[in-house]
Amino acid sequence: MLNVSIYRYNPEVDAEPFMQDFEFDAQGKDLMVLDVLEKLKVEDPSLVFRRSCREGVCGSDGVNISGKNGLACITPLSEAVKGNKLVIRPLPGLPVIRDLVIDMAQFYAQYEKIQPYMINNSPAPAIERLQSPEERAKLDGLYECILCACCSTACPSFWWNPEKFIGPSGLLQAYRFLADSRDTATEERLSKLDDPFSVFRCHGIMNCVQVCPKGLNPTKAIGHIRNMLIRSAT
Amino acid sequence: MVTSVTSFGRSGLSDWLVQRVTAIVMALYVLFVAAFLLATPDLGYSQWAALHKSLPMRMFSLLTMISIAAHAWIGMWCVLTDYITVRMIGPKATAIRIFFQLGMISMTLLYLLWAIDILWGI
Repeated sequence: MLNVSIYRYNPEVDAEPFMQDFEFDAQGKDLMVLDVLEKLKVEDPSLVFRRSCREGVCGSDGVNISGKNGLACITPLSEAVKGNKLVIRPLPGLPVIRDLVIDMAQFYAQYEKIQPYMINNSPAPAIERLQSPEERAKLDGLYECILCACCSTACPSFWWNPEKFIGPSGLLQAYRFLADSRDTATEERLSKLDDPFSVFRCHGIMNCVQVCPKGLNPTKAIGHIRNMLIRSAT
Repeated sequence: MVTSVTSFGRSGLSDWLVQRVTAIVMALYVLFVAAFLLATPDLGYSQWAALHKSLPMRMFSLLTMISIAAHAWIGMWCVLTDYITVRMIGPKATAIRIFFQLGMISMTLLYLLWAIDILWGI
């Protein structure tokens, strides 16, 4: 039997959060962590977590699994269980609403700051704004981000200053638009990033790279933003 | 854009660049002094004083002292703005942080002036 320890907190009932232990029989199968949560929810319907697509596309079920942030739906027990024990906590650093559900308002506020949409005020062509294959290739490794918040909530700089530091996820998205040949607001975007917090709170410890369930590299994108800032500076 | 008044260069990019350049200066100084010590096995006061009396060495030492001051300012500012914040210790944090920041800046500048006094007093 697998020992599953889950962070529980219902602010309407509990004075403070606690860890609840469950016994789980995986019947020898290498289930995903989300499968375990689903089965335990049948046992205890008061257990609350977010989930949607169950295949690593929607980014809803980001949780801290045995100490490492990841998506419950694509993390197999063989990766997550250590010494017959599985520990599931909410993503760290953001307020807990209930059990494994966190309040992501701060995360989205930073995403909003980087203007995550194309800015191009020239008249739109009849069909579409074209890109060469090379220009399009620059967006690879950037557009795939699903905003699950695994990276930003693994980042100490984001824990300490979530209202000032944009965080790895927001910065990856910022570079996605800075790198887009169809976007014409490069200077305007860069001018909003040259302060001691927005980008430069990143000290390159690469927790974000280690946890990204999509295998993306926010630290590299942050490096590119820094290089663009250096090139545009005098 | 997040504003700041007590950071070293007011700009994140400037602080980032200063942090890198000063680190290189300090590393070169350590390497030079280590090489000098290794290359001078029977080192005595007269050789040590002669080294530090020469103008190029004084300039190198002064440059290193300035680098330490700038590097420490930027680093300490980062530490203070990470941990002494309203989020971490409550509403009094801003006053406490500014007290520590100004104290840190004053100490850094005082140490720098003291270092100049020592370098030119040999």
